[in-house]
Amino acid sequence: MSKSNSDKPRRLAIIASKGTLDWAYPPFILGSAAAAMGWEVGIFFTFYGLTLLQKEIHPQVSPLGNPAMPMKMPFGPEGFQNIQWPIPVAMMSIPGFNAMATGLMKKTFANKGVASVVELRDTCVALGVRMIACQMTLDVFGFGQEDFIPGPRSPERQPFSSSPPTPT
Amino acid sequence: MTTTTLDLKGLLCPMPIVRIAQAVKTVAIGDTIEALATDPGVLADIPAWARSTGQELVSIEKTDGKAIRFIVKRVK
Repeated sequence: MSKSNSDKPRRLAIIASKGTLDWAYPPFILGSAAAAMGWEVGIFFTFYGLTLLQKEIHPQVSPLGNPAMPMKMPFGPEGFQNIQWPIPVAMMSIPGFNAMATGLMKKTFANKGVASVVELRDTCVALGVRMIACQMTLDVFGFGQEDFIPGPRSPERQPFSSSPPTPT
Repeated sequence: MTTTTLDLKGLLCPMPIVRIAQAVKTVAIGDTIEALATDPGVLADIPAWARSTGQELVSIEKTDGKAIRFIVKRVK
Protein backbone atom coordinates (compact mmCIF):
# COMPACT_ATOMS: atom_id res chain seq x y z
CA MET A 1 0.00 0.00 0.00
CA SER A 2 1.50 3.27 -1.05
CA LYS A 3 1.21 6.55 0.75
CA SER A 4 -1.73 8.65 -0.27
CA ASN A 5 -0.79 12.26 -0.91
CA SER A 6 -4.26 13.73 -1.00
CA ASP A 7 -6.39 14.44 2.04
CA LYS A 8 -9.12 12.19 0.71
CA PRO A 9 -9.02 8.73 2.28
CA ARG A 10 -8.59 5.71 0.06
CA ARG A 11 -11.75 3.74 -0.40
CA LEU A 12 -12.57 0.06 -0.54
CA ALA A 13 -15.81 -1.64 -1.55
CA ILE A 14 -16.26 -5.34 -0.86
CA ILE A 15 -19.08 -7.61 -2.01
CA ALA A 16 -20.05 -10.42 0.38
CA SER A 17 -22.39 -12.85 -1.36
CA LYS A 18 -21.76 -16.06 0.59
CA GLY A 19 -22.45 -16.80 4.23
CA THR A 20 -20.33 -19.86 5.00
CA LEU A 21 -17.51 -19.60 7.53
CA ASP A 22 -14.77 -19.58 4.89
CA TRP A 23 -16.49 -16.75 3.01
CA ALA A 24 -17.39 -14.86 6.18
CA TYR A 25 -13.79 -14.18 7.19
CA PRO A 26 -12.39 -12.39 4.10
CA PRO A 27 -14.75 -9.38 3.96
CA PHE A 28 -14.47 -8.74 7.71
CA ILE A 29 -10.68 -9.23 7.79
CA LEU A 30 -10.04 -7.07 4.73
CA GLY A 31 -12.61 -4.52 5.85
CA SER A 32 -11.23 -4.12 9.38
CA ALA A 33 -7.62 -4.05 8.14
CA ALA A 34 -8.37 -1.36 5.56
CA ALA A 35 -10.38 0.67 8.09
CA ALA A 36 -7.44 0.44 10.53
CA MET A 37 -5.29 1.84 7.71
CA GLY A 38 -7.57 4.85 7.61
CA TRP A 39 -9.46 3.78 4.51
CA GLU A 40 -13.15 4.41 3.96
CA VAL A 41 -14.72 0.95 3.70
CA GLY A 42 -18.11 -0.32 2.64
CA ILE A 43 -19.21 -3.97 2.50
CA PHE A 44 -22.18 -4.81 0.33
CA PHE A 45 -24.03 -7.90 1.57
CA THR A 46 -26.15 -9.75 -0.94
CA PHE A 47 -27.63 -13.21 -1.38
CA TYR A 48 -26.36 -15.62 1.29
CA GLY A 49 -23.85 -13.04 2.49
CA LEU A 50 -26.83 -11.20 4.01
CA THR A 51 -27.02 -13.81 6.75
CA LEU A 52 -23.69 -12.50 8.09
CA LEU A 53 -25.56 -9.39 9.24
CA GLN A 54 -28.05 -11.32 11.36
CA LYS A 55 -27.88 -10.73 15.11
CA GLU A 56 -27.14 -14.41 15.79
CA ILE A 57 -24.82 -16.06 13.29
CA HIS A 58 -23.41 -19.57 13.16
CA PRO A 59 -21.62 -19.81 9.82
CA GLN A 60 -20.61 -23.33 8.77
CA VAL A 61 -18.06 -24.83 6.40
CA SER A 62 -19.00 -27.44 3.82
CA PRO A 63 -16.23 -29.95 2.96
CA LEU A 64 -18.50 -31.46 0.28
CA GLY A 65 -18.31 -28.41 -1.98
CA ASN A 66 -14.68 -27.61 -1.17
CA PRO A 67 -12.38 -30.46 -2.22
CA ALA A 68 -9.24 -28.44 -1.43
CA MET A 69 -10.18 -28.00 2.24
CA PRO A 70 -7.43 -29.46 4.48
CA MET A 71 -8.97 -32.22 6.59
CA LYS A 72 -6.86 -32.16 9.75
CA MET A 73 -7.48 -32.63 13.44
CA PRO A 74 -7.00 -29.62 15.76
CA PHE A 75 -6.01 -31.75 18.77
CA GLY A 76 -3.65 -34.54 19.74
CA PRO A 77 0.12 -34.88 19.21
CA GLU A 78 1.75 -32.80 16.47
CA GLY A 79 2.25 -35.80 14.17
CA PHE A 80 -1.45 -36.66 14.48
CA GLN A 81 -2.46 -33.06 13.79
CA ASN A 82 -0.41 -33.00 10.59
CA ILE A 83 -2.21 -35.99 9.09
CA GLN A 84 -4.27 -35.06 6.05
CA TRP A 85 -7.30 -37.36 6.33
CA PRO A 86 -8.57 -38.81 3.05
CA ILE A 87 -12.33 -38.47 3.61
CA PRO A 88 -14.49 -40.16 0.92
CA VAL A 89 -16.92 -37.75 -0.75
CA ALA A 90 -19.87 -40.03 0.12
CA MET A 91 -19.04 -39.64 3.81
CA MET A 92 -19.16 -35.84 3.53
CA SER A 93 -22.85 -36.01 2.67
CA ILE A 94 -23.75 -37.81 5.90
CA PRO A 95 -26.01 -35.66 8.11
CA GLY A 96 -23.95 -33.91 10.75
CA PHE A 97 -20.70 -33.96 8.79
CA ASN A 98 -20.84 -30.21 8.09
CA ALA A 99 -21.46 -29.48 11.76
CA MET A 100 -18.53 -31.67 12.77
CA ALA A 101 -16.21 -30.12 10.17
CA THR A 102 -17.34 -26.65 11.30
CA GLY A 103 -16.55 -27.51 14.91
CA LEU A 104 -13.08 -28.74 13.98
CA MET A 105 -12.42 -25.69 11.79
CA LYS A 106 -13.47 -23.28 14.53
CA LYS A 107 -11.26 -25.14 17.00
CA THR A 108 -8.32 -24.88 14.57
CA PHE A 109 -8.89 -21.13 14.19
CA ALA A 110 -9.17 -20.64 17.96
CA ASN A 111 -5.99 -22.70 18.55
CA LYS A 112 -4.04 -20.42 16.20
CA GLY A 113 -5.44 -17.26 17.79
CA VAL A 114 -7.65 -16.09 14.92
CA ALA A 115 -10.48 -13.83 16.04
CA SER A 116 -14.02 -15.15 15.60
CA VAL A 117 -16.24 -13.89 12.79
CA VAL A 118 -18.42 -12.05 15.30
CA GLU A 119 -15.38 -10.38 16.88
CA LEU A 120 -14.19 -9.27 13.44
CA ARG A 121 -17.66 -8.02 12.53
CA ASP A 122 -17.84 -6.02 15.78
CA THR A 123 -14.39 -4.62 14.99
CA CYS A 124 -15.57 -3.51 11.55
CA VAL A 125 -18.57 -1.76 13.11
CA ALA A 126 -16.36 -0.07 15.72
CA LEU A 127 -13.99 1.16 13.01
CA GLY A 128 -16.84 2.72 11.04
CA VAL A 129 -17.05 0.20 8.19
CA ARG A 130 -20.32 0.78 6.41
CA MET A 131 -22.47 -2.33 6.12
CA ILE A 132 -24.89 -2.19 3.23
CA ALA A 133 -27.67 -4.75 2.89
CA CYS A 134 -28.96 -5.53 -0.60
CA GLN A 135 -32.61 -4.46 -0.65
CA MET A 136 -33.54 -6.79 -3.49
CA THR A 137 -32.21 -9.87 -1.68
CA LEU A 138 -33.82 -8.69 1.58
CA ASP A 139 -37.17 -8.73 -0.21
CA VAL A 140 -36.55 -12.03 -2.02
CA PHE A 141 -35.56 -13.92 1.13
CA GLY A 142 -38.05 -12.15 3.37
CA PHE A 143 -35.53 -10.58 5.73
CA GLY A 144 -36.37 -7.37 7.56
CA GLN A 145 -33.95 -4.76 8.90
CA GLU A 146 -35.02 -5.87 12.39
CA ASP A 147 -33.33 -9.26 11.76
CA PHE A 148 -29.94 -7.57 11.54
CA ILE A 149 -27.38 -5.97 13.80
CA PRO A 150 -27.95 -2.21 14.16
CA GLY A 151 -26.27 -0.21 11.45
CA PRO A 152 -26.76 -1.94 8.09
CA ARG A 153 -28.68 0.12 5.60
CA SER A 154 -30.16 -0.61 2.25
CA PRO A 155 -28.38 1.35 -0.48
CA GLU A 156 -31.53 3.37 -1.24
CA ARG A 157 -31.46 4.94 2.19
CA GLN A 158 -27.75 5.59 2.43
CA PRO A 159 -25.74 5.64 -0.78
CA PHE A 160 -22.15 4.51 -0.37
CA SER A 161 -21.01 7.60 -2.25
CA SER A 162 -22.62 10.18 0.03
CA SER A 163 -20.93 10.87 3.35
CA PRO A 164 -17.88 9.13 4.81
CA PRO A 165 -18.47 6.75 7.72
CA THR A 166 -18.05 8.25 11.15
CA PRO A 167 -15.88 6.04 13.37
CA THR A 168 -17.42 5.49 16.76
CA MET B 1 5.26 12.92 26.52
CA THR B 2 4.20 9.51 27.74
CA THR B 3 4.55 5.95 26.49
CA THR B 4 1.71 3.46 26.54
CA THR B 5 2.43 -0.24 26.33
CA LEU B 6 0.28 -2.63 24.35
CA ASP B 7 0.37 -6.42 24.45
CA LEU B 8 -0.46 -7.87 21.03
CA LYS B 9 1.07 -11.27 21.64
CA GLY B 10 -0.93 -14.17 20.21
CA LEU B 11 -3.06 -11.95 17.97
CA LEU B 12 -3.17 -12.67 14.26
CA CYS B 13 -4.01 -10.51 11.26
CA PRO B 14 -5.77 -8.10 11.23
CA MET B 15 -5.97 -7.55 14.99
CA PRO B 16 -2.46 -6.07 15.59
CA ILE B 17 -3.04 -3.13 13.24
CA VAL B 18 -6.64 -2.80 14.41
CA ARG B 19 -5.48 -2.49 18.03
CA ILE B 20 -2.74 -0.03 17.10
CA ALA B 21 -5.19 2.05 15.07
CA GLN B 22 -7.58 2.15 18.01
CA ALA B 23 -4.87 2.80 20.60
CA VAL B 24 -3.30 5.68 18.69
CA LYS B 25 -6.60 7.57 18.90
CA THR B 26 -6.52 7.37 22.70
CA VAL B 27 -3.09 8.97 23.21
CA ALA B 28 -2.06 12.59 22.78
CA ILE B 29 -0.09 13.88 19.80
CA GLY B 30 3.60 13.38 20.57
CA ASP B 31 2.97 10.34 22.75
CA THR B 32 4.33 6.92 21.86
CA ILE B 33 2.99 3.40 22.05
CA GLU B 34 5.31 0.47 22.64
CA ALA B 35 3.89 -2.87 21.55
CA LEU B 36 4.90 -6.52 21.60
CA ALA B 37 3.48 -8.88 18.98
CA THR B 38 4.11 -12.46 17.89
CA ASP B 39 2.50 -12.40 14.43
CA PRO B 40 5.37 -12.11 11.90
CA GLY B 41 2.91 -10.27 9.63
CA VAL B 42 3.38 -7.12 11.71
CA LEU B 43 6.87 -6.70 10.21
CA ALA B 44 5.14 -5.76 6.96
CA ASP B 45 1.82 -4.47 8.29
CA ILE B 46 2.97 -1.96 10.89
CA PRO B 47 5.32 -0.03 8.52
CA ALA B 48 2.48 -0.05 5.94
CA TRP B 49 0.02 1.17 8.57
CA ALA B 50 2.37 4.00 9.57
CA ARG B 51 2.86 5.07 5.93
CA SER B 52 -0.83 4.85 5.18
CA THR B 53 -2.02 6.77 8.24
CA GLY B 54 0.87 9.25 8.41
CA GLN B 55 1.94 8.19 11.91
CA GLU B 56 5.59 7.66 12.81
CA LEU B 57 7.14 4.24 13.24
CA VAL B 58 10.01 4.91 15.65
CA SER B 59 11.43 1.38 15.65
CA ILE B 60 10.56 -2.21 14.89
CA GLU B 61 12.75 -5.16 15.80
CA LYS B 62 12.68 -8.84 16.66
CA THR B 63 13.37 -9.58 20.31
CA ASP B 64 15.39 -12.50 21.63
CA GLY B 65 12.28 -14.62 21.88
CA LYS B 66 9.65 -15.02 19.22
CA ALA B 67 8.22 -11.56 19.78
CA ILE B 68 8.49 -8.40 17.71
CA ARG B 69 8.77 -5.10 19.52
CA PHE B 70 7.79 -1.86 17.85
CA ILE B 71 7.25 1.72 18.87
CA VAL B 72 4.91 4.10 17.09
CA LYS B 73 4.50 7.79 17.76
CA ARG B 74 1.31 9.74 17.21
CA VAL B 75 2.28 12.76 15.12
CA LYS B 76 -1.16 13.88 13.93
